[in-house]
This record gives sequence, structure tokens and C-alpha cells, in this order.
Amino acid sequence: MSFPWASQYEPQNPLMKWVDEKLPLPRLVYNAVGAGYPVPRNLNYMYNFGVLAGFCLVLQIITGVILAMHYAPNALVAFSSTEHIMRDVNWGWLLRYMHANGASFFFLVLYMHIFRGFYYGSYKAPREMIWLLGVVIFLLCMATAFMGYVLPWGQMSFWGAKVITGLFGAIPLVGEPLQIWLLGGYAPDNAALNRFFSLHFLLPFVIAGVVILHIWALHIPGSTNPTGIEVKKESDTLPFHPYYTAKDGFGLGVFLILYCLFVFFMPNALGHPDNYIEANPLSTPALIVPEWYFYPFYAILRAFTFDFILPAKLWGVLAMFASILLWFFLPWLDKSPVRSSRYRPLYRKFFWVLMADLALLFYLGGAHAEEPYIMLSQLATAYYFLHFLVIVPIVSSIERPAPLPYSITEAVLGKDDDATLDAQAAAKA
Amino acid sequence: MAETTGTATPDTVVQDASDDGVRRRDFINVAAVSAAGIGGLAVIYPFVSQMAPSADVLAESTTEVDISAIEQGQAIKAVFRKQPLFVRRLTPQEIKEANDVPVASLRDPQTLAERTKEGHEDILVTMGVCTHLGCVPLGAADGETRGEFGGYFCPCHGSVFDTAARIRKGPAPTNLEIPDYEFTSDTVIVVGQS
Ligand code: HEM
Ligand code: FES
Repeated sequence: MSFPWASQYEPQNPLMKWVDEKLPLPRLVYNAVGAGYPVPRNLNYMYNFGVLAGFCLVLQIITGVILAMHYAPNALVAFSSTEHIMRDVNWGWLLRYMHANGASFFFLVLYMHIFRGFYYGSYKAPREMIWLLGVVIFLLCMATAFMGYVLPWGQMSFWGAKVITGLFGAIPLVGEPLQIWLLGGYAPDNAALNRFFSLHFLLPFVIAGVVILHIWALHIPGSTNPTGIEVKKESDTLPFHPYYTAKDGFGLGVFLILYCLFVFFMPNALGHPDNYIEANPLSTPALIVPEWYFYPFYAILRAFTFDFILPAKLWGVLAMFASILLWFFLPWLDKSPVRSSRYRPLYRKFFWVLMADLALLFYLGGAHAEEPYIMLSQLATAYYFLHFLVIVPIVSSIERPAPLPYSITEAVLGKDDDATLDAQAAAKA
Repeated sequence: MAETTGTATPDTVVQDASDDGVRRRDFINVAAVSAAGIGGLAVIYPFVSQMAPSADVLAESTTEVDISAIEQGQAIKAVFRKQPLFVRRLTPQEIKEANDVPVASLRDPQTLAERTKEGHEDILVTMGVCTHLGCVPLGAADGETRGEFGGYFCPCHGSVFDTAARIRKGPAPTNLEIPDYEFTSDTVIVVGQS
């Protein structure tokens, strides 16, 4: 589970010895985030986002449980109970802004975490399971965030619920009955609000469970690193504590400064003003878009405006789900044995093109559904699928990677005495 | 561990101790951990405070009662902070009974005058909450028993209160509580302010 040179947990204190014999929880912590977990010595700040995602999850669970003490999931009072939190509950405004902006920052962190994976080939063997569990976590986070957004029962909540459950209406034959079943009615109302609240409360704990599996799977091979070559020996690693507790702690501080900037100085910047109007089933807001973190997928959904064998509506839904489900296949679409983009000159270029394409989709998802945005969405969507289904497989077979260093030590120090032919022959003998 | 870090050779090590002998690393360590600790404590404050009564609950914390329609010997129940409030106009006989009791013999010694407002000794305002475990005593509504001392009787565990709502028998430790209130006119009291 860990490298042979990992330090061993040896409690000195008799009480800790006693605990260790009965329930080795301190040992688990020591081996997971303590001195007993050797980590590549060259991790950069892109490797900070996993810990930050864990922080966000805890933050959302704590603030969410507190909000649930004051919120009432009933269509008659949901909106006013949200205002009650904002105006009457002590520090209620702070808790609500922490939770709402916490969701945005959670997604920001997840996107950085995922894009780090794209860049450094984190999804490749032997880390496929970490990646697959990550995609499951991402899907669960999307469902949780969507249902949470419905709870304040403002105009965007209501129409978001209507539009997103309407996606299921696109499925042939069963679509409409399915949508009615999901909502427990013909439009979002009390039944839908209640089940969304119940699931919104439950899912974060499911996510926490999958995160435990994710980290368990991570601790078998350990992290990758910016060179993409595996750890060979002790001088390639540093103990997690104090080196990465300090580095992650610093990153957490920077994260918290940015987060507080939003929570305290622009708490509604990422939201939609229309959600401060109570849900009205008889009037749709002029611009109906999801929260920013769903924009790219919303742009893909809206890119399909023409019927082609299947109805346009169905294409949009299929493409939107496919755009994420594709990630499940990434470990097998990218066949290059070299992990890190640092040594993949061609893949690296396409990585940045993909980032630009995603930036465009982010922009388009928030724009009005009119020209030229529709045409641009179509092009950007086409490129998105092209990247994963065509470019990545082809690049991985034709690319000529740059020479790899012998070891992490060599990459960091410029030389590694074990790297000479003599040293290797001696090691064999 | 030293041999595994490999980066630090003596001539590149940052000066470790400053002139006053404080190690740089210790300083950073203490500063970082204290900042995190103080920040964490500061965050706990709103998380605890949110459970206290909210502004709308506090806004309901006074109750106005019109006492003009209460007849001698009659009591009414009002609601103060979501709890029953008893307002009773005592008969001269009840006032006499209350004043005849030697105060020193009471479990919670108080005179009727101490439990009413000057000039309004016939108006007895108490919480309708038994001081034992919080049941609502009988005796405020028509037809309810008032117990052997003619005041209130708590059916839960048998506490008996007299005409000044003082505990006379049973498990309750103290007299029925007198909330803060004041007469804003001869016929109106406001409970919750004094
Ligand atoms: C609640 C959400 C998540 C949490 C708490 C979490 C946590 C972590 C942590 C602590 C690490 C090790 C540190 C690091 O490499 O940053 C990690 C690594 C990893 N995560 Fe996540 N993660 C989450 C979501 C995701 C998602 C959505 C994906 C991908 C779709 C993903 C894919 C990966 C991969 C592939 C690694 C290994 C990285 C490497 O070694 O190169 N994770 N995760
Ligand atoms: S609660 Fe009244 S006697 Fe126990």
C-alpha cells in the first residue's frame, strides 16, 4: 500500500499504544496524511485541488446541515423560509452565502482537479479506478448542486427544475411518464421540492463515501507527479507531513482569501437576481440559464437545433450526458504510455485547444439562445467530441514524446547518480 | 530524513536563527497554527449563535393583554413567548386568604404585594408553567379545579398553588413565575417589558 521506506507509526505514549491496539485510527491518519505517506517530492500546486475539494465537501456538509435547521421544504413556505434565514436567523446570511458560494468554489476546484488529470495523464494505468470514481463523484456533485438550487424556490429554482426534468421528457416512449414520475406531478411543486430536499441532504454523504474509495484507490499507487514517471526510490519522495500539509495548508489559505472575497464582498455575483423572485409557474424569466458551473453542458444541450434521424431535443440530451460519460473511457482512448503533457509536445497543444474550447462553451452556455451563439455552440460542441474521440487516440499513436528523465530525483536535481549505466549494472549484480 | 531531501547543502541553507535566537521555522510554525486556530474559533461563533432565537422569534417576545373584561374571581389564559400566561382578578376573599398566610411558613416566601403591581393588588399575572417540570396547571379556565388552596393545581405530579400562585404542596420548588410586565393603562398590560 505504501513505499517500503515509509516511516512506521510507533506510538510512544502508553495511551496511544493502547488505542492503536484496539482501533488503529491514529495509525490510519498517520499513513494517509502523516509522515507515513511518502509523496513525490515534485508535486506542484495543481496537486492541491484534491485536498481543497475535500475541504469544500466538508464545508458544504457543515453549512448545509445548519441551513436545514432553519429551512422548510414546503412549496408554500420554502421561499419565505429562505428569506427568514437571510433576515432573521442569527448569521443566517453568512451561512447561506457560505453554502451558495461554497458550491461555486467546489466546482471551480473540481474543474481544476479534473483538468490537472487531463494535463498530467492522471487517468492512466494504474490509476484508472481513481479516475472512474472521480467521474462518479462529479456526476453526484452535479445532481446534488442541481437539487440544492431548486430549494430556495425562486424563479430560477422553479424553471431550472422544470427544464432539467424536461430533459428526461426527451427520451422516446417513456419520457413523459418518466418526467411526471420524477416530479410527482405535471410541474415542479411540493412533491418535487420535498424529494429534492431529501436527496440533496442525502447525496453529499454518498459523495463522502465515494471520496473515501477514491482516496483508498489513490493510496495504492500514490499520486502521479508533473514528470509522470513513477516513484523509484526514497529520494524521489517526501513524507506528506510536514511537507505537503504545509504546502496544502498554504494553498488552502489562498483559496480561503478568494472564497471570503466572494462571501463577504460580492455574495450574489455568481447567482441570478431572478432567484430572489418567488417561483411563479405562469411566467418564465427572460434568460433561463443554470449556474455558471453547468454552462458548458448547457451549451452542448442547446447546440442541437435540427432533427437528424432522432429529434433535436433527444440529441441535445444525449450529447450533454455523453460529454461527461466520455470521461469514463478516457483511460482507454488515450493509449500513449507517456503520462505527463510535459513530455508530450503534440498532446500538450491539443490540451490547450481543448481548454480554449471549454472556455468558449462556458461563455456560450450563459449567452442567449440566438445567433451567432448557437452556431458557435455547434462548432465548439463538435470540437469537444472530436478531441476525445478522434484527436486523443490519433495523437497518442503518432506522437513522438520528448525524452523522459531517469527519475524524479534527476528531474528535480538535474542529476541522479543511479542513472548511469555503471550504477544500474551494479544494482543488477 | 535529511539524506532524502537532497536539496540542502550547508552553503545554501537559509540562516536558521535570527539574532534574538528565535528560530525562523518555529516562528512560522507557531504563527501559522495560531492563525488557523483563531480563524477556526472565529468561525464557530456564528455556527453556535445561529441556534439562538432568531429575530422573528424575539419580535414576538412581548404580549399585550386587555384585562378590562376579566371579572372578579375569573382568570384568562393568554400566550406569551409561546407559553401560557395566566391573568387573574382576585376577589377580596382570595386577597385576604393570601395575606393571612404567614410568609415565613412558605416554601418560596413572597407576599401577594411582592407578586403584584402597586395599586393593582387584585391583578395576578403569572406564567401558566408549573415550576416542577413545565406542565400547565389547572384553575385558569372555567370549571377547572383550583386545588385545595383555591389557586392552581398541576395535574402532572400534584403541585398545589394558592390564590397568590405560591407553591403550597407537591413537588414544585418555587411559586409560579411572575413575568416582567407593566400597566400601560388601567386596563392594558404589556408582558415582556418592564
Ligand atoms: C469531492 C470531490 C473530490 C475529492 C474530495 C477528491 C480528492 C482527491 C485527493 C485528496 C487526491 C490526491 C491529491 C491530488 O492529486 O489533488 C485526488 C487525486 C485524484 N483525483 Fe480526486 N477528488 C474529488 C473529485 C475528483 C473528480 C471529479 C475526478 C475526475 C473526474 C478526480 C480524479 C482524480 C485523479 C485521477 C486523482 C489522481 C491524481 C494523480 O495522482 O495524478 N477526483 N483526489
Ligand atoms: S409538572 Fe407540575 S407538578 Fe410536575
